[in-house]
Amino acid sequence: MTIEVNGQTFETDEEGYLTNREDWSEDVASEMARQDNCELSDAHWEVINFLREYYDEYQIAPAVRVLTKAIGKKLGADKGNSKYLYELYPYGPAKQACKYAGLPKPTGCV
Amino acid sequence: MAAAFETPPLGEYPVIPLVHEGTMAHSKPFVAKPEHQKGVGFPGELVPDWEKVAVAKLGELVSESRALRVFLDSCVKCGACTDKCHYYLGTADPKNMPVARQDLLRSVYRRYYTLPGKLFPKLVGARDMTKDVLDEWYSYFHQCSQCRRCSVFCPYGIDTAEVSMAARDIMDAVGLGQKYSNEIIGKVHKIGNNLGLPEPALRDTLEGLEEDVKEETGVDVRFPLDEKGAEVLLITPSADFFAEPHIDGLIGYAKVFHAAGISWTLSSHASEAANFSLFIGNHDNLYKVAARIREAALELGVRRIVVGECGHAWRVAYSFWNTLIGPFDFLDPRYPAPQHICELTWDLIQRGALELDKSANDDKVVTFHDSCNVARASRMGAVPGGQFTIPRNVIRACVNKFVDMPAETIGATTFCCGGGGGLLTDDLVELRVKGALPRMQALQTVVDEQGVNYLAAICAICKSQFTKVLPYYKHPMDMIGSVHGLVSKAIVLGPKP
Repeated sequence: MTIEVNGQTFETDEEGYLTNREDWSEDVASEMARQDNCELSDAHWEVINFLREYYDEYQIAPAVRVLTKAIGKKLGADKGNSKYLYELYPYGPAKQACKYAGLPKPTGCV
Repeated sequence: MAAAFETPPLGEYPVIPLVHEGTMAHSKPFVAKPEHQKGVGFPGELVPDWEKVAVAKLGELVSESRALRVFLDSCVKCGACTDKCHYYLGTADPKNMPVARQDLLRSVYRRYYTLPGKLFPKLVGARDMTKDVLDEWYSYFHQCSQCRRCSVFCPYGIDTAEVSMAARDIMDAVGLGQKYSNEIIGKVHKIGNNLGLPEPALRDTLEGLEEDVKEETGVDVRFPLDEKGAEVLLITPSADFFAEPHIDGLIGYAKVFHAAGISWTLSSHASEAANFSLFIGNHDNLYKVAARIREAALELGVRRIVVGECGHAWRVAYSFWNTLIGPFDFLDPRYPAPQHICELTWDLIQRGALELDKSANDDKVVTFHDSCNVARASRMGAVPGGQFTIPRNVIRACVNKFVDMPAETIGATTFCCGGGGGLLTDDLVELRVKGALPRMQALQTVVDEQGVNYLAAICAICKSQFTKVLPYYKHPMDMIGSVHGLVSKAIVLGPKP
């Protein structure tokens, strides 16, 4: 599969996750979201940016609890829970947000 | 995202559906890419002469395992298994009747390894190994969660899971692997766990948990990693580090160790209890994944190995570790080797070592889902049926309101969550939702009649599967929780008053 953004074509896996992380840009994220009928708000971007920062440091997406805690600190305690994250990313914060952030899909019993 | 499908409706009582041929013929998981295959020692893509390789591999498997040969020879088509499979009950596809699914492989076995099949294939329903057959295998042997419920009802005791495992092993041998399982096993070989969670990330996550528990309770509960000389090595599914509600279980284990004053550690080398090699029926990988645990135990100098909440891991640990990676003569003989976390907690409760406040869980009416690999492939404690009573005893010690689901859906005849056996992947979500039907039906009964609002489990796969499928059946996703999540809520830390 591929995704086309601003006239450029990037390779993805069967579920739309980028094959090469360096192909990522904000426009790629927005296009992925558009295909899922989702418009990225500032809150969505907070999650995406945190995921990318964490991945740069640890080479893996953060645990859901690490993510909720970080979002709680940035957006307010009432938003630091997985319910809020599921509202933002109904297909699952770990999986859907990782996709938009250009990270590989988390694997395992998750 | 997956194509649209309809969630099967729940009736007033369970119904055995009329057959609908081919309703799930389209279902198949993503195929492993060459890099996933190579990471687990299989050919990257379909090999030349794959028909011959497949038949030879089948011959090798039946010559190595008399059990498999008996399972393939002895079915008399009595039909006792037909309505016992959750995937048949949820999909109505007759090839999901266990007997029919097994016959996809049995017909090929008959063609090449029995006299009547060699001489008169058509008369005995024997089939050549063709691409159509292979494709059918790929689809339907990934519609079996190897839960072995059908085997309980088989008068010959045929272990259908072994047939599914053999089929997957043959497919891997010819270069047709399943992406989900094989990518994951490769990550364990490379990094030590299914997630691919490297040591620094694991350490960071555990430090975060220490802060959280301190904030919640005011007590310094530790989550040690790679600490030499600890008494206990805890082997737990990596989902316990990563996912909700699994992580509440991990916090529960840590609080139990803390309250009992048992020194313990996790290992970054063996940071995974799961061993998906079981699902693909491959011995070499099964050994290689398990060996990390022995290595870690020796390296850290622990005296006990305790296994966290993970269904098939407990099967591998309880039933296979001793011959795979034993003997455990370096461990303390006063304790079971390995020991399940529920055994450990129940033992402590019986000895009065834990203070539990049941009222902390008074917002819940709890029921318990027996996970198939724990229920039908292992045991806990010293008496038969301990794998059923011990987790329930732990729950009852932590909650005031507990009820069981209907008897035919729990214990040895428990229904699979619908996502076991290497099928917990988004490319099989239709199968997972439909396969959850019998469990959801049983759950609905106790929700309606007893006000159940909490489903507890001791398996990482079950927990993730229910988080995903509960909303399809109009229940909140956070209705599912860890047994040790209940312990975590009820346990009173700090000095006894």
